[in-house]
Amino acid sequence: MEALVASAIGMFTAVGIYLILRLRTFPVILGLTFLSYGVNVFLFTAGRLATNRAPIIGTGEVYADPLPQALVLTAIVISFGMTAVVMMMAIGGHLEAGHDRVNMAAGDTDTAEDKA
Amino acid sequence: MSLALIAALPFLGALLPGLMIRAGRDACAAVTGSVTLLALVLLALNAPTVLAGDVVQTRIEWLPALGLNATFFLDGLGLLFAGMILGIGLLIIIYARFYLAKSDPMGQFYTYLMLFQGAMVGIVLSDNILLLLIFWELTSLSSFLLIGYWKHLPEGRQGARMALAVTGGGGLALIAGMLILGGIVGSYDLTVILDNKELIQASDWYLPALILILLGAFTKSAQFPFHFWLPHAMAAPTPVSAYLHSATMVKAGLFLMARLWPVLAGTPEWFWIVSTAGLITMVMAAKIAFFKDDLKALLAFSTVSHLGLITMLLGFGTKAAATVAVFHIINHATFKAALFMTAGIVDHEAHTRDLRRLGGLRHLMPITFGVALLASLSMAGIPPLNGFLSKELMLEEAAHTVWITPWAMGVLATIGALFSVAYSFRFLAHGFLGPVRDDYPHTPHDPGPGLWGAPAFLVVLVLLIGLFPMVTAAWLVDAAASAVTGEAVQSKITHWHGLEAAALWMSLAAVGGGLMALGAYPRLRALWDAAPRPEAKRIFDGVIEPLAALARGLTGLVHNGSFSRAVGVAVVAIAAASLWAFRGGDHLAGTRDLLPVEPVVLAVWFVMMVAALAAPFFHRDRVVALVLIGVVGLLIAPMFALLSAPDLALTQISVEVVTILLMLLALNFLPKVTPVESAPAHRLGHAAIAGVAGVGVGWLAWSMMIRAPAFDPISAFHLAQSKPGAGGTNAVNTIIVDFRGYDTFGEIIVLGIAALVIYALSETVLRSPSVTRRLATFVPEKEAGDRHPMMLVVSTRLLLPMAMMVGVYIYLRGHNMPGGGFVSGLVFAIAYLMQYMASGYVWSHARQRYDHHALIGWGVLIASLAGVGSWAFGAPFLTSAFEYVHLWPLEEFELATAVIFDLGVFLCVLGAILLALASLSRLALRTGESANTRAFDIDPSEGGR
Repeated sequence: MEALVASAIGMFTAVGIYLILRLRTFPVILGLTFLSYGVNVFLFTAGRLATNRAPIIGTGEVYADPLPQALVLTAIVISFGMTAVVMMMAIGGHLEAGHDRVNMAAGDTDTAEDKA
Repeated sequence: MSLALIAALPFLGALLPGLMIRAGRDACAAVTGSVTLLALVLLALNAPTVLAGDVVQTRIEWLPALGLNATFFLDGLGLLFAGMILGIGLLIIIYARFYLAKSDPMGQFYTYLMLFQGAMVGIVLSDNILLLLIFWELTSLSSFLLIGYWKHLPEGRQGARMALAVTGGGGLALIAGMLILGGIVGSYDLTVILDNKELIQASDWYLPALILILLGAFTKSAQFPFHFWLPHAMAAPTPVSAYLHSATMVKAGLFLMARLWPVLAGTPEWFWIVSTAGLITMVMAAKIAFFKDDLKALLAFSTVSHLGLITMLLGFGTKAAATVAVFHIINHATFKAALFMTAGIVDHEAHTRDLRRLGGLRHLMPITFGVALLASLSMAGIPPLNGFLSKELMLEEAAHTVWITPWAMGVLATIGALFSVAYSFRFLAHGFLGPVRDDYPHTPHDPGPGLWGAPAFLVVLVLLIGLFPMVTAAWLVDAAASAVTGEAVQSKITHWHGLEAAALWMSLAAVGGGLMALGAYPRLRALWDAAPRPEAKRIFDGVIEPLAALARGLTGLVHNGSFSRAVGVAVVAIAAASLWAFRGGDHLAGTRDLLPVEPVVLAVWFVMMVAALAAPFFHRDRVVALVLIGVVGLLIAPMFALLSAPDLALTQISVEVVTILLMLLALNFLPKVTPVESAPAHRLGHAAIAGVAGVGVGWLAWSMMIRAPAFDPISAFHLAQSKPGAGGTNAVNTIIVDFRGYDTFGEIIVLGIAALVIYALSETVLRSPSVTRRLATFVPEKEAGDRHPMMLVVSTRLLLPMAMMVGVYIYLRGHNMPGGGFVSGLVFAIAYLMQYMASGYVWSHARQRYDHHALIGWGVLIASLAGVGSWAFGAPFLTSAFEYVHLWPLEEFELATAVIFDLGVFLCVLGAILLALASLSRLALRTGESANTRAFDIDPSEGGR
């Protein structure tokens, strides 16, 4: 089980970073989302894996570590907030500049200028 | 407490000018001045205690484990400096009100000035050297703002940058020196350090500490060879120059030397370094000042020269010399501030400060001339003014000091005094005497009392101290000198020391020589102009420019405008550093028992991996990419459920839905496909980087999971206390709303801010004309078929109450079973979003009774109230309480204050998600698409389209 989870974390990270290295905003944001999956699951595994030990008091003798779960819960929600902000920036950039490239054109030193 | 308040008042006052400037310039100046006046009054209330020989202390423990405490103390030296800073500060505030032009932003000026004032007061009142260092850096930063106040002048910007580079660099050295000092003594409290002279001077670290501290003091007080920044700082408005270079900024270095005098002075190293630097500075700067044509440049070099004089006196290391230094600090502050303000008046009235274009002002500006006359005669050291008194004492000390030879110090000090007389007389003769000219850029006349009042007040002090030194100044000199030397000082200041006093003859020589130099000015000037001399600014630029170029080059390697390159470099660097760290340590063998794998789990894992791996290959069709990411995200939820994290499963599944909806919405405004732009080799390289990083992270996770934690997890406490302490059986929820409620409180605020940022961004985007043009030509996808199909509308209507009930249920059970405010907020948000999808933004939004912004606000407010409420019961912020209630006909249930906090979480999450998505939808209103006002495309009552 541990191997499956570890390989999934590695896969999410690799796919996330590959997509972040793309040249357009949308795949970059998808990459960020993948990377968030990887990071969130990674943080969760810091509490180690266990089955049937949900940290609900009174349901068993031994419980899974609740602290990483609580931290990851809020991290998942914050990831959404981050994705939404970046997405809005991407839309704004695309509408403003007329393209959705993430890299500056050669010789372009000031991103604030509107060439439209 | 009052000392901390005195230090805090200017900072609090810095907030006011920006607000008060709306009420006019007079109100702004009056409010700013009254804050300084209040601080001055508070200081005066403490004065009797200090003058009686006691030390006033205030102690606020902050981080005692690190030795970082907000401790303040006030002794004679602190009283003298704080009095000068606040007193002259008050005069400057009045003067600046009338000096600044209408076009100058006055609120900004006063804010910078108060920040600077607070930092200076902080330096002189600090008892903790770490605190002192913070204030020291603050003076560098705030003086940067003040010197560069006239942002439109290149000289102002360059002068500010040079001052910051020199004094800030010295500040870094000072930090190191002070930390060494604290390390030797084992305490960061000044009062403790000052009691350990033998320990410090016997230490091997004494010399490094001394050199580093002196670097800080010399750069700040413009001592040779760091004197060059001060004249360039003259590009500042004159009130700033008058304040920074008479009483405050440059005196900070002197203050530091005086403050640490008891433990650092008295050694040969101290004598040679400090008195030599002071002597060179005094003589050299006095000579340069004589040849300066700009009034302010002349005064600037004169200031450098006088700072050198005081430094030299402190360097002598004797009690008498230190007493004279203290006395001259007072005198210099009075006449030099008055002279700077006079120069400002001349500039203000004649529109020039160039001595070659001035002259004859005596007839046109009699009041200004009176002020200038007394102040510059004092600077020249003419009896009976105060400058004369301290100069005589200085010459006497110099005459008795052996430096290389018994007479060298006396001769050089006399030469310094000679030039001092010469430039003071030149200031008067070339500026005010002589015939009235007819080619001034602007015909000068005396300004109103607003401008001449402050310097006139200072000149009265010059005269009074000069005439009655024992009544007006001796008590303050004694108090301050006692604090500097650590012994009781009883000074006796007189005008006449007898014919046998060396100072008398040195003084006469200086005055005579000075007059002769002025007489021979044209010939001397020709010599001076012919002689080569180093230009400090060019040398400084020569050093700084290559450094800046190097920094630019290094930055450009990584940040050349390519985001991909910056990220790629970062990933490679992190991976390499991690690999190096991983290989460098020893690792225990993994001993944990691993969980078995069931076939179903293996199948789910396989689907998830394939979907993730497919994303890089098929991401160019963006809708397909969304489907793939949705598959992955949704499958993570059952994985959480399987691994004993039901709360995470609930959160993941609902966040996933919202995220996919958001991305679908966003795709409306973005291209639907990603073009192929990078070369195959490029993509292969990226894949390699990503692969290495992925393998590394996966390996790390694996290594962690097969080993038990090195330390016992602290969550044993949370599990044990969840029920008895927080009154809930769901340990995850009790951590979120109770044990770590403060974290959650911060997080919902961050989420709320993110939503507001999105709203603000959409507002900005919509306001741009190019965006409006582009949106208007936007063609919606036609293939989608019905925009608001009846089936969808009807089913979402039916689902709305049910979804809400599920939300309420999840919210209520959250404390004991999986659920809670976060998940409940997400469920509610999805229920609403379904209405938006089915019937469109306009129709749904018209029926939305509660503003999304208000939801966020209420959420944060309710969560805060739940936290603050515990104060009423004397408990710390966010302490929760709970009670079991039996209410017929219900079963016994529990009421916990944490539920109120969770309500805040719920509202904030709901508001944030709705606001984020609604902001995106608002863009659609600007497209060519028509907005719907009806619930669905077909009106059933009409029986057809």
